[in-house]
Amino acid sequence: MAIASAVPVSVEPDFYHTKTKYKGILGWIFTTDHKRIGILYLVTMLVFFFTAATLGVLMRLEMLTPGRTFVDAQTYNTFFTLHGIMMIFLFIIPGLPAVFGNFLMPIMIGAKDVFFPRLNLLSWWLFLFGGIFALVSVFLPGGAADTGWTFYVPYSVRTSTNVIPALSAAFILGFSSILTGLNFITTIHRMRAPGMTWFRMPLFVWSLYSTAWIQVLATPIIGITLLLIAIERWFGVGIFDPTLGGDPVLYQHLFWIYSHPAVYIMILPGLGVVSEILPVFARRTIFGYKFIAFSSLAIAFVGSLVWAHHMFTVGMSNTGMFVFSFLTFLVSIPSAIKVFNWIATLYKGSIEISAPLLFILSFIIQFCIGGFTGLILGTLAINIHVQDTYFVVGHFHYVMFGGTGFGLFAALHYWYPKMFGKMYKQAPAYISWFLATVGFNLLYFPMFVLGYEGMPRRYYDYLPEFQTVHQIATVGSWILYAGIVVMFVNLVVSLWRGEKATANPWGGETLEWKVPSPPPLENFDEIPVVTTGPYDYSKYEKAAQEVK
Amino acid sequence: MEQHDHSSSPHDAPHTVSYVTYLLIWLALVMLTGLTVALAGVDLGRWIIITALTIASIKTMLVLEVFMHLKFEDKTFRLFVLVACVTFAIFITLTFFDYAFA
Ligand code: HEM
Repeated sequence: MAIASAVPVSVEPDFYHTKTKYKGILGWIFTTDHKRIGILYLVTMLVFFFTAATLGVLMRLEMLTPGRTFVDAQTYNTFFTLHGIMMIFLFIIPGLPAVFGNFLMPIMIGAKDVFFPRLNLLSWWLFLFGGIFALVSVFLPGGAADTGWTFYVPYSVRTSTNVIPALSAAFILGFSSILTGLNFITTIHRMRAPGMTWFRMPLFVWSLYSTAWIQVLATPIIGITLLLIAIERWFGVGIFDPTLGGDPVLYQHLFWIYSHPAVYIMILPGLGVVSEILPVFARRTIFGYKFIAFSSLAIAFVGSLVWAHHMFTVGMSNTGMFVFSFLTFLVSIPSAIKVFNWIATLYKGSIEISAPLLFILSFIIQFCIGGFTGLILGTLAINIHVQDTYFVVGHFHYVMFGGTGFGLFAALHYWYPKMFGKMYKQAPAYISWFLATVGFNLLYFPMFVLGYEGMPRRYYDYLPEFQTVHQIATVGSWILYAGIVVMFVNLVVSLWRGEKATANPWGGETLEWKVPSPPPLENFDEIPVVTTGPYDYSKYEKAAQEVK
Repeated sequence: MEQHDHSSSPHDAPHTVSYVTYLLIWLALVMLTGLTVALAGVDLGRWIIITALTIASIKTMLVLEVFMHLKFEDKTFRLFVLVACVTFAIFITLTFFDYAFA
């Protein structure tokens, strides 16, 4: 991305060292600087991620042998419920937009902050409170919720566990998500630098824009739905519980009207990260910019209409099933467009292997496996066979973790020098990528086999013939966890021991690489004037051709 | 945040709505609520949902346009609200069309 005048080397101190109104921790928790808020999100989100990942590993440990290994059925139920709630609402939904979107999006469009900085801080506070509610629900008398992260009625209305605090957590977190979405839409519309036209925006920003729309449009529905459950529990109003005259299927509709688009809230920013990182390490202008940009919007739109594919076994009409299955197949088109464009970008590029790129390559392969198994699940006849089995668990971990999770790891390794002004050590980063990728596939691929053979999800027990495959998966979880630990130890240690990073260590062309690492408080001394698109690698491409 | 340039924003254009208009709209809202309650007692079969939703939509439009000053806003905002309404309408249609075939 060329800008009209060279950005002068900033004389301002970086945002960590700028004097703030409050000192110490208060300077963080009352900040309105989008970069500090991004870091606040990062730290809180990682705490939840590690808690939930540990629960995941513990669940796998329980599955080492049939019958009770070390926890009983009820504890297992609360484990997967908490794991699901935390991973979804506290890790993967806020993950990329709230952390990297907050830190980078304003810089990428040439702005000094988001449009509503205080609202941004409020979003973080709501996020924190929501998280605390989720944690508190575990320790209150009554016991942690055991409904699964989906809170399906009628069980969620009847169980004696702490469903209301868990619901409140999801409700509050929903508000946080809506406010972030609102802020991003407004910022992208109103604060782009001169010359930063829509089609000069980096693709990560496009993906955040599409995501923000889903956050604003779909999240209120889950809020109201969760509130309706609370009303039903408190006042015995028959909304969903059939014994009171309610309709449980209506709950499933309302739940998935939000939660399916939420899957796209999770994956779209991940897709954006891939489009951001690939051109840099292939030294190639991204292939099919407009197609990628519009496919984000198309995924956001069509993805909002496919929710009932989670409900093929509830007794919908054949026409209903047909329509939803058809729409599900349609979403694969814009997703495939992206994958083809990425591969075309790598084709004949001058590829430079690096930790972020390796995570991205794992992302692409795992996302494809997740996507293809999604098509299998979208096929009506097969769906009936594998509904609520480990096939589904394998599928969504491939998309959410193999896709977005790895995208987040890639983003972390890519933007780390910009965010912290330090470089991490390469060797441990490669080792962590290797362990995470091997562990991940060893953990989740066997789940497709288990599911296809009939192992139901959410059970702490299984038939003896499933033991070998379950054990392979459990060993995978250890390797994966080891990879994640190596990764974070490396990143944390490098905060102190790492070498100082330059402004543009990877040779990126987007605006965040034109400001110092870490950026000064107001990002730019002077708002830049943008004159070209975001991935202008024509000079490298010319040089590569001359060599030939 | 000195970047915001509000001077050209339609927010600054003076637009006042008289109390009489507010009062009339409020009365209309109350009457429409009354109508919904009255219709709840009439057996309209499947049409009950459509009728109730139509009345609710009219009420929403009145609130958005007049109380929330949407009618004074520029095209982008109106488009945004339209997108939200259309999405919502699609959600409702797709949820309930299944009942028609069930
Ligand atoms: C260390 C990494 C992880 C491990 C070991 C792990 C393991 C598991 C296991 C064993 C289950 C329960 C299967 C069952 O009995 O039905 C599960 C469920 C689930 N996981 Fe993970 N997982 C990990 C990471 C993630 C990530 C990153 C996400 C989201 C982005 C995620 C989202 C979920 C969800 C939504 C459920 C379903 C919970 C429910 O049934 O209500 N997991 N996971």
